[in-house]
Amino acid sequence: MIDYNLTEEQQMIKELARKITLEKIIPVRAELDEKEEFPTEILKVMAQSDLMGLYIPQEYGGYGGGVFDFCLATEEFSKGCIGVSVSFAANALGSGPILMYGSEEQKKKYLPDIASGKKWAAFGLTEPNAGSDAGGVQTTAVLKGNEYVLNGTKQWITNGGEADVYTIVAMTDKAKGSRGASIFIVEKGTPGFTFGKKEKKMGIRCSATRELIFENCKIPKENILGKEGMGFIITMKNLDKSRPGIAAQGVGLAQGATDYAVQYARERVQFGKPIISLQAIQFMLADMATMTEASRALLYSVARTIDSGLKDFSKESAMAKLLATDTAMHVTTDAVQVLGGYGYMREYPVEKMMRDAKILQIYEGTNQIQRSVIGHQLIKEAASKKA
Amino acid sequence: MGKGNISAYKGIWIFGEQRGGVVQEVVYELLGEAGRLAQKRPNEISVVLIGGEGLQKAAQELIAYGAEKVYLVEDSRLAEFNSDPYADIMTELIDQYKPEIVLTGATTIGRTLIPRVAIRVYSGLTADCTSLDIDTEKGLLLQTRPAFGGNIMATIICPDFRPQMATVRHKVMKPAVKDASRKGQIIKITPKAIRLRTEILKVVHEMQNQVNLGDADIIVSGGRGIGAAENFKLIHDLASALGGAAVGASRATVDAGWIPHYHQVGQTGKTVCPKLYVACGISGQIQHLAGMQGSEVIVAINKDPDAPVFDIATYGVVGDLFEVIPQMIKELKNK
Amino acid sequence: MNIIVCIKQVPDTNEVKIDRETNTLIRKGVPSIINPFDENAIEAALQLKEQYGGKVTVVSMGPPQVETALKDAIALGVDEVVLVTDRVFAGADTWATSYTLSKAIDKLGAFDLIICGKQAIDGDTAQVGPGIAEFLKLPIVTYVRKVVEQKDGSLIMEKEFEDGYEVMKTPLPAVITVTKEINVPRLPSLKGKMKAKTIQVPTWSAADIGADPESAGLKGSPTKVMKIFNPPVRTDREKLEGEAVLIATTLVARLKERKVI
Repeated sequence: MIDYNLTEEQQMIKELARKITLEKIIPVRAELDEKEEFPTEILKVMAQSDLMGLYIPQEYGGYGGGVFDFCLATEEFSKGCIGVSVSFAANALGSGPILMYGSEEQKKKYLPDIASGKKWAAFGLTEPNAGSDAGGVQTTAVLKGNEYVLNGTKQWITNGGEADVYTIVAMTDKAKGSRGASIFIVEKGTPGFTFGKKEKKMGIRCSATRELIFENCKIPKENILGKEGMGFIITMKNLDKSRPGIAAQGVGLAQGATDYAVQYARERVQFGKPIISLQAIQFMLADMATMTEASRALLYSVARTIDSGLKDFSKESAMAKLLATDTAMHVTTDAVQVLGGYGYMREYPVEKMMRDAKILQIYEGTNQIQRSVIGHQLIKEAASKKA
Repeated sequence: MGKGNISAYKGIWIFGEQRGGVVQEVVYELLGEAGRLAQKRPNEISVVLIGGEGLQKAAQELIAYGAEKVYLVEDSRLAEFNSDPYADIMTELIDQYKPEIVLTGATTIGRTLIPRVAIRVYSGLTADCTSLDIDTEKGLLLQTRPAFGGNIMATIICPDFRPQMATVRHKVMKPAVKDASRKGQIIKITPKAIRLRTEILKVVHEMQNQVNLGDADIIVSGGRGIGAAENFKLIHDLASALGGAAVGASRATVDAGWIPHYHQVGQTGKTVCPKLYVACGISGQIQHLAGMQGSEVIVAINKDPDAPVFDIATYGVVGDLFEVIPQMIKELKNK
Repeated sequence: MNIIVCIKQVPDTNEVKIDRETNTLIRKGVPSIINPFDENAIEAALQLKEQYGGKVTVVSMGPPQVETALKDAIALGVDEVVLVTDRVFAGADTWATSYTLSKAIDKLGAFDLIICGKQAIDGDTAQVGPGIAEFLKLPIVTYVRKVVEQKDGSLIMEKEFEDGYEVMKTPLPAVITVTKEINVPRLPSLKGKMKAKTIQVPTWSAADIGADPESAGLKGSPTKVMKIFNPPVRTDREKLEGEAVLIATTLVARLKERKVI
């Protein structure tokens, strides 16, 4: 076992998250997936264990932990089910903008409830015409007296419908292009703010994915985060910070799949012996385990670097996300292969793991976008060296 | 009381638990057991019957089943069990009449009442005995019971204190045989005071159509292996085919919400002792076995030939319960 | 409400070791857990505190390693814990245990309610709850599956019976024992675990609580274990395999032979 030098507190976080995974997530993951049911009770348990507020400063009722602490918990939950862990992580994505750019009043108003699990959060960026091209956002926010009026549709929002607090990216000045977007806090129940149908997905079926519909939705002008025009800067910083969380999902999922495949291979007897004694299987498991460990090592290094105060970490967090999520897809596919026919059956957990894994390569910036980010950084770094 | 002149203590007493004026079956089983113990070490057998008015007939019945004396306490305030006055009265009677042995049913009432009495009279109490015997040499009651979830058996004695007290579960001992010609004495007792602290506000009977697991002669239980909540129907069908057997469940199925908790058999559920226990899709974890290993005949149906339940099954069926059970139902209906 | 919860640390029932000399349990080296019903008791106390305010104190009698169980209780959110430990307490039966715990509770001072789990899964006697009530001369309600409310110095609750339940009212202070149905115990919190890490668990000896050594431990126990033995192995066993139809016919025939059906 590689010793990643966790502090005692970090060990506690990991143990607590592990306990929740074993006792609350694994027993119901198949059912939640089958019924596409939101893991409300599990999120409540996470809150009661003080894990919802891991990344929220103590003065707002949280634990005051960093990216690494958050990733430790997310990784453990992901060993159980990434549909559950994304519901947990999307909270951080949704409240990140408030944490980073909110005024004191805004932080005091929203963060304590999110830390205590009383309210959940969600981040609304994606639109039908704005996926990888985030600049294509068409939702508008027009200042009218003391209010902003929002109009537009957000698509595929995780925790959509279940969350109470939404941070929404909307154009305040189309003419300014990428400098014309702003972020607003919109609460569920605000007149003019409704939800579309719940999406039917390939995987992470217990996660609630919905459209957000804004029709002349009026919000107090105090609900803007930072200033007009800061929208994309905040968005980029928010995504940079939450990418390690997605990487943690990948590492946890890959580990869960590898562990299950190893256990299965020890028990399954063919040709008179357990299949794990066959090199073909051993080699597959070896690759799965190695890739998972490498993903973990990269993630932990990146998380620690971010926590130590590195200002610009787009490349690093993109690398962690890229590696861990490609690994998760590869590993879960191989896990199904190791289980053979049984792996294909819904009675066994690996087919769900494989279905779940795909989204990791797509959301929070597709892995193509991640490569693009890394590529641009490489160019930038090389250029600055020459000078 | 307690330590002291041990030889002054004589007689076997039984707490005659009654509910709604009906003496509970376990009392007749204790009378049966008392009779067997008295054969090894002669002792007068008495029953203490506490309740509301109109218990004369019940007292007579107890005599027919072997009670040589019945200490009868009748008061409308005592109709429903209340641990304060019942404990006061039992303690008073024990202090006065000094029985050597006191046997009680290990029921909800018994397990609440007798520990209190044991503390008051400062004597030993052994719970849930599966067998009783007499060491005729030392004149001691040998109280054997399971511990650690049935992993071990322990024989307990109470050498220096009297009375020697034990509780026994329903259906563990064989009941006494009625003989209407038996004669006995009914001694009416008026308690010194009736102290009531706890009040009963309402009595609710649930499980109208269910067979009480504790009373059942045949139990069919479903475990994780049945796969889904709906499949308990198969278990119910087999129970019906067996003549109205009770339906039990493993903890896994209760935790999964497939069946209400009062069907749970096991260490944190109910302990049962039927003539026949059919375990379907149950692997046989220690915690489950603790609740049913006292069953006379155990049938286990499980796909996994290495399931621990096969270690205690009288008839171990290695097979698919979805095939075996319907065939069993067919076979039972044919005869 | 000032609530005291009595808990017992029990061995994991899968591994059992006995000291042949005293016929009592060797607790060292065997994995231990908080008695499951006591977890329900702690949860019940915490919920009452959340509803009515007050304090929850957890007490346990046992060898020094029981400290871990008490730290687990702190991680769940209880306010105080105390370990009652002394060589003198070893080998106690339920009488001596009830005596010792009631002495410890005397020392804890005023309280409104004592909550115990319905029984310990190693001893399975369910006697200590009523025993404590008796020593402290308090009313007791056992098999509580729901606390309805606290009102005017009384507690109203539902008590389980074999075939239903009764709604009971008892004046406080009182003792109740609870079943599994009363609640789903919470998981520890991070803040709780951190508090548990640093806390020093106070320990009380027999002298501290004024327990008479003659009434405690093996010495004070009216019952003695005469012998321990392995339960008889069922040798009367038959395996049935093959076609379901044949299995069914054979099985039903066997059961009829035995007259169980």
